[in-house]
Amino acid sequence: MNVPGSYYLTVAALMFCIGAIGLLVRRNALVMFMCVELMLNAVNLTFVTFARMLDDIGGQVFVFFTLVVAAAEVVIGLALIVSIFRRRQGATADDVSLLKG
Amino acid sequence: MEWAVFVVFAVAALVGAGGVVLSRKPVHSALSLVLTLFSVAVFFVLQGAHFLAAVQVIVYAGAIVILFLFVIMLLGIDREDVLDEPLPAQRPVAIVVGVALFAGLLLVARILTPTGAPASRGSATQGDVANVERVARSLFTDFLWPFEITSALLVIAVVGAVVLARRGGPGRELGPGERVGAGSDEGPEAALEQER
Repeated sequence: MNVPGSYYLTVAALMFCIGAIGLLVRRNALVMFMCVELMLNAVNLTFVTFARMLDDIGGQVFVFFTLVVAAAEVVIGLALIVSIFRRRQGATADDVSLLKG
Repeated sequence: MEWAVFVVFAVAALVGAGGVVLSRKPVHSALSLVLTLFSVAVFFVLQGAHFLAAVQVIVYAGAIVILFLFVIMLLGIDREDVLDEPLPAQRPVAIVVGVALFAGLLLVARILTPTGAPASRGSATQGDVANVERVARSLFTDFLWPFEITSALLVIAVVGAVVLARRGGPGRELGPGERVGAGSDEGPEAALEQER
């Protein structure tokens, strides 16, 4: 007996919302990045669930591309964080307010 | 059996997600993230996406989380998060927004039913072809051009990371008598000498 797809979708929606709340609440730039990863994973889970429900392999191939883009995004984001943190010791996103009017 | 695995790993995924948000230390957040990513890999296996499950464990739980931990350790920013909030209303508003987002998602799921074009790119479950072969067949026929673009994206990301993380890269303050662009064609010894 298979678990219906709506259960997976509910878990994915919960993960997405937890990630969104974390992105809004946390102020450590690294933890915010982890929350973005959480949201990306929730979307991946949704893709795979729909690929099974609609019986289409295209959903799984799309998750593959999402993984690649997420990896590239993490590389660039962490390089940005490293270069920011090297200049100032602050660990929060509020410290990077140089352009604030 | 499938239900038992699903329930266990659904709880694990949500606990891990909560741990990412609620942990005070970034290292604990990263380890909670591993729990969630692994649970998602188990969900992939349960739904027949074996290739993606392997990639998920290797790329996400392996490479990306290690990269996070590496940056945390390298920069020594494993101090606990500050608690004072410059915007006092931000936290409750964020929680309200998150709950509203979840309610909206559930509402959409209730109202709409998933449809789609018939499986023009090949079936995900029918027949006795292995999952890896299905993904590969679709990837190297229908999605060949995006696949090639992906390689360009990875090269650009690597170059960007090197440029950004290089000592003396963009974001460094210029010393006296130094002009923009100078120093980039000198060796690292010269750059070190300038910093002293």
